[in-house]
Amino acid sequence: MTSVADAASLWSAIWLTLELAACSTAILLLVGTPLGWWLCRTRVWWKEVAASIVALPLVMPPTVLGFYLLLFLGRDGPGGWLAGLTGARTLAFSFEGIVLGSVIYSLPFVVQPIRNAFEAMGDRPLEVAATLGARPWDSFWSVALPLARPGLVTATVLGFAHTIGEFGVVLMIGGNIPGETKVLSIAVYELVETLQWRQAHWLSGGMLVFSFAVILSMLLLQKRTGRRT
Amino acid sequence: MTGASVSRVEGRFRGKVGALDLDFAIDAPAQGITAIFGPSGCGKTTTLRCAAGLRHMNGNFSVAGDVWQDDAAGVFRRPHERSVGYVFQEPSLFPHLSVRGNLLYGWKRSGRKGHRAILEFEEVVDLMGLNTLLERDPSNLSGGERQRVAVGRALLAQPKLLLMDEPLAGLDARAKEGILPYVEMLHRSLSVPVLYVSHDLREVARLADSMIVMEDGRSVGHGPVAEVLERLDLDRSEDDSEAGVVLDVTVAGHDDELHLTRLDHHGKQIVVPRAALQVGDVARLRVRARDVALATKKPASLSFRNILRGRVVETVEHRRSAFADVLVDVGGGRLRARITRDAMNELELGRGRLVYALVKGISLDRPAVGRPRGRASAS
Repeated sequence: MTSVADAASLWSAIWLTLELAACSTAILLLVGTPLGWWLCRTRVWWKEVAASIVALPLVMPPTVLGFYLLLFLGRDGPGGWLAGLTGARTLAFSFEGIVLGSVIYSLPFVVQPIRNAFEAMGDRPLEVAATLGARPWDSFWSVALPLARPGLVTATVLGFAHTIGEFGVVLMIGGNIPGETKVLSIAVYELVETLQWRQAHWLSGGMLVFSFAVILSMLLLQKRTGRRT
Repeated sequence: MTGASVSRVEGRFRGKVGALDLDFAIDAPAQGITAIFGPSGCGKTTTLRCAAGLRHMNGNFSVAGDVWQDDAAGVFRRPHERSVGYVFQEPSLFPHLSVRGNLLYGWKRSGRKGHRAILEFEEVVDLMGLNTLLERDPSNLSGGERQRVAVGRALLAQPKLLLMDEPLAGLDARAKEGILPYVEMLHRSLSVPVLYVSHDLREVARLADSMIVMEDGRSVGHGPVAEVLERLDLDRSEDDSEAGVVLDVTVAGHDDELHLTRLDHHGKQIVVPRAALQVGDVARLRVRARDVALATKKPASLSFRNILRGRVVETVEHRRSAFADVLVDVGGGRLRARITRDAMNELELGRGRLVYALVKGISLDRPAVGRPRGRASAS
C-alpha cells in the first residue's frame, strides 16, 4: 500500500536529481568555459585571487557555503529581492535556489579542468590561427574549443557527478520538499533517519553503481581521446 | 612612415628582449627569398614575430607599400589583419583537423582579405607534394611531411609575405634533404616574398637571393647573397668552417665520356662531376673558404681541375688564430680562400697580387631554373 507511494516518491527524487544535475551542468559549462578561458589568458594581477574564490567550495564545509547562500537567497538578501520580481517570497527552499547552490558548489570541478586544458594548449595554436586570418572569436571556436575537448568532457562529467553527490548545500538551502528540493542524497538521509533500511539499500546501491560507472567511463573516455585532461 | 616603397619589404623594430637590446632594420626586395642570418639568440625569431604582428615592438613595417605597422602614425595591424603566412620552427599543425582541414583553414579565411586567390588549392597541393596525404591525420605524418603541410597551409592563406622561422631546424639531415627541393620549388614558382630565418649558412647559401646578417639584435650587413657572403664577418669567422661564397653559373655542356659537366662563370670554365642539369640551366655553386688554396705561379701537374686566375682584393688576418681569409676577384665573381697567416706572409699576398685559386670542393646547389633535384657534389 505504502510501497506505491514510496516508489513514486523515490522516482520523484531520482528524476529531480537528474533534472538538477542537468540544469546545473548546462549552466556550469556556460559559465565555466569563459571563466576558465579568462583565467588562462588574462594577465591582470588579481587573476589568482579570482581563481581562489572559484576554488573556495573545494575546502569550505558545505554547511558554511549553504549558510551564506541561505542569507543570500533569503527574504532579506538579493535572492529574495530577485524572487520578489516574480512574486515569490524567497529563492531559498526552491528548485532555482538549489540549482544556484549546486552551480557555485561544483564550479571548481568544472573550471579547473577547462582552464588546464586551455593552458596545456599553449599560445601556439592561436598564433597559427591568427596568422591564417582567424579573428580571436573565430579561433576560439575553431581551434581553442576543439583542442580543449578532453578537458570539456572531464568538466562535464565531474560537474554532473558532483552535483548528484551533493548533500550539505542542498540540505541547508533546499530543505526537503518533495518534487522541489528533495534530491537523492536527501532522500537517503531521510530513509535512514526513519529506519527504512530496505529502500535506503536500494537507493544507496544505485548511487554506488552510478558513481562507479561515471568515473570508469570518464577514465576510458580520456584514454581514448588520448592526451591531456 | 611615409612613402613606403612598393618594391620592398622594409621596417625597423626597437625594444628590449630580455637582456638583448634589439634595434633591427629590415630592408629587403619584395620578391625572392631574403634570409635573416645570425647566431642563436640574436633576435631573429623576435624580429619575425614583430613582422607578423604576433609581438608589438616600437617601430614600423611595410610590405610592398602596404603599411602594417607605423607607431608614429598609430598604425598597428593585428596578425589576422595582415596578409601574412608564418611557418614556425615546429610545424604546429592543428591536431583536430586532417591534412586537408589544415590546408583549408587559412584558405577559407583568406577571402575576407579582399584580394582574389593567387594560389589555387590544387596548385599548392601539387607544389608541396601533398596529394597522397590529404586525408591523413597530422599525427601520422613524418616531420618533413608535417613541415610541408605547414608551408602549404601558410601559402593557401594567400600571403603577401611569407615568414619562415628556421623551418628545417627541427628535422634530421634526411628529412631536410627531402624538403629542401620543395622550398626551392616554392621560390621558383611563386612571386610571394619570403623572409627566411636561419643560422645555417649552407641553407642560406642554397636558398636565399638576398640576406640580412643579424648580430646581437642589430643588422650588420645586407644585400644579395653572393655579395654578403663574400664579405660575411670576414674578421669574425675563424671558427666558422662553412664560410665561403656562392657563384652563379650557367651549364655550358656535358662530357658523357668522362662524366663531367662544364659550367661557365663569366667566361671562366669550372668542371664538376656530371650533374642532372640541361645545357643553359642556371645553377649556384657554393665554394667554402677552406676548400680554396692559393698559388702565386700557375701550378702544373696537379689533380685539381679548377684553377682560376684572379687578383687579391682584400686580406683579413684572424688575430687569435693561425688563419687568414683572402678575397680573390676571379673576374666577375669572388672567391674566398682560408689559408694560414704564415702562408699569407710567405707568399706576400697583398691587395692586387696575381694569384691562382685552386678549388678543391664545390657543391652545386639550386638550379635557378630547370629541375629541382639538380644537385651534386664535386671535389
